[in-house]
Amino acid sequence: MSSKTLILGVIGADVHAVGNKILENAFTLAGFEVVNLGVMVSQEEFVNAAVETDAAAIVVSSLYGHGEIDCRGLREKCDEAGLSGIKLYVGGNIVVGKADFVQVEKTFKAMGYDRVYPPGASVEDAIDNFKEDLGL
Amino acid sequence: MILTVDFGSTFTKLTAVDEKSQKIAGSARAFTTIETDIRDGFNTALSELEAIVGKVEYEEKYAASSAGGGLKMVAVGLVPELTATAARLAANNAGAKVIKTYSYELSDEECDEIHGIVPDIILLCGGTNGGNKDVIIQNAKRIAEIDGDFAVVVAGNKSASSAVMDMLKNRKAILTANVMPSFGKLDIEPAKNAIRELFINQIIEAKGISAAQKMMSYDIIPTPLAAFQAAELLSAELKGLMVVDVGGATTDVYSMADGSPTKPNAMLKGIEEPFAKRSVEGDLGLRYSMPTLIEAATVSKVAKEAGVPPEEVNNWLLRCSKDQGTLANNPKDKNIDDTLAAMAVEIGIMRHCGKVEAVYTPFGETFIQEGKDLSDINYIIGAGGPVIGSLDPAAVLSRAFATAANPFSLMPVKAKLLLDESYIFSAMGLMKKTRSELALNIMMAKLKEVG
Repeated sequence: MSSKTLILGVIGADVHAVGNKILENAFTLAGFEVVNLGVMVSQEEFVNAAVETDAAAIVVSSLYGHGEIDCRGLREKCDEAGLSGIKLYVGGNIVVGKADFVQVEKTFKAMGYDRVYPPGASVEDAIDNFKEDLGL
Repeated sequence: MILTVDFGSTFTKLTAVDEKSQKIAGSARAFTTIETDIRDGFNTALSELEAIVGKVEYEEKYAASSAGGGLKMVAVGLVPELTATAARLAANNAGAKVIKTYSYELSDEECDEIHGIVPDIILLCGGTNGGNKDVIIQNAKRIAEIDGDFAVVVAGNKSASSAVMDMLKNRKAILTANVMPSFGKLDIEPAKNAIRELFINQIIEAKGISAAQKMMSYDIIPTPLAAFQAAELLSAELKGLMVVDVGGATTDVYSMADGSPTKPNAMLKGIEEPFAKRSVEGDLGLRYSMPTLIEAATVSKVAKEAGVPPEEVNNWLLRCSKDQGTLANNPKDKNIDDTLAAMAVEIGIMRHCGKVEAVYTPFGETFIQEGKDLSDINYIIGAGGPVIGSLDPAAVLSRAFATAANPFSLMPVKAKLLLDESYIFSAMGLMKKTRSELALNIMMAKLKEVG
């Protein structure tokens, strides 16, 4: 792995800023180079940032329930931009209501996300997963 | 007595500055003679100036040049909104005329196009430090294959710099700091300085103005850089400043303001543009670029605003295209020219300013801002013949203001309108580094408030 840069951001019209800052801190402390795009990030912004910084993964947060519609098509955009093989991670309250997480995970994996985190997932576990995936 | 010279594409303009009285002692101009010897035109203008101020020994001589097509550049980056934009901003701030900006890997067609442009300098960028290396290395390889006597300024991912310089080892290439060292953050001064160095050391020679350089006490700089420096100087006195300079071929816009959001709930996206920013609109001009200006403004809108039938606009365009030196010397033609100048101001300012987009979130309305918010600037200075020479400069300049027609543009809301009535802007900008107080005092005394 030539790079351990993570692109981080809250997708769509979502303005939940607190968790985003916590993740930025945690990932930075874990040794990742974090490019935090903040809140209200479009798919194009994620892709552009990943291209320019040669990122290893894109970490998408969604807290307001519109995650499914916002996240759809990001993998295809990455492929289109030459980011083949980039890891895509997603977490938060990614769907509305109390949906069955097994089903939710299946849906997001089918959309091309490598790992899907449910509400309340631990950031330490995520860091371990990322390091494993990225060969660190 | 101090002498400033502007070797323009058409005229060589001389200005004598009296530092004791802090006044312009006189000015004169003659045709630029780049085809024969640049000194001929200079000497003609000098004797004309002597007739006004007498035969004097000038203690200091400064010069700018846009002769021989100015400083023609091509900017190359990776992502259009990121390093390609950063590259263009850097080249514009260096006083260059950026003919085209390219992104991603250069194609065969694009390389042919660059060859056809015959640039003086190519600014090659791409990747944040530690970011993408492949594209800038590949582009260096492609650029090395393009036939031409251009120089290359490399200002991209530092991790790729040795490979890039290796690709360019048989070309004139200068390595400098990355224009975008980390995501979204600009660092354009090093690239700007490298471009300036190249201009002084190589371009002056190539354009046949080195004979002129020998007569000067300081390095010759590109004319737009002199204007840029004038705006920088003025911004010390006039806080929150924009300058719009409409010419025959381009419309240049300068802003000296940080441009951070003024709207509540506005969030800045994209790269942070610099406090001092220059943009150049190569399609907005009153002669060479009149066809593209009319295209951008649309014939029907020009005709409606001028209060004439569209055929008259087209006829005027036809006449000016046949002879670029055509002057509007009757009220009818003048009316169309003034309308066009107003359009150039409006479109040029609109493109320079940032914009907001309203986004409706589950938490209410928020705004996404891209570029600079210049709605709260305090001064707009008009420069260039079409603005200064218009019948109502205040009306032309007030087109810089935001209107209901463009609700999402962050154009100025209200500002004091000033005019560079005596055409001294670039002459004064030349003295920025050595005689800043003198230059500023003269400009402040000479700027005329309009409207």
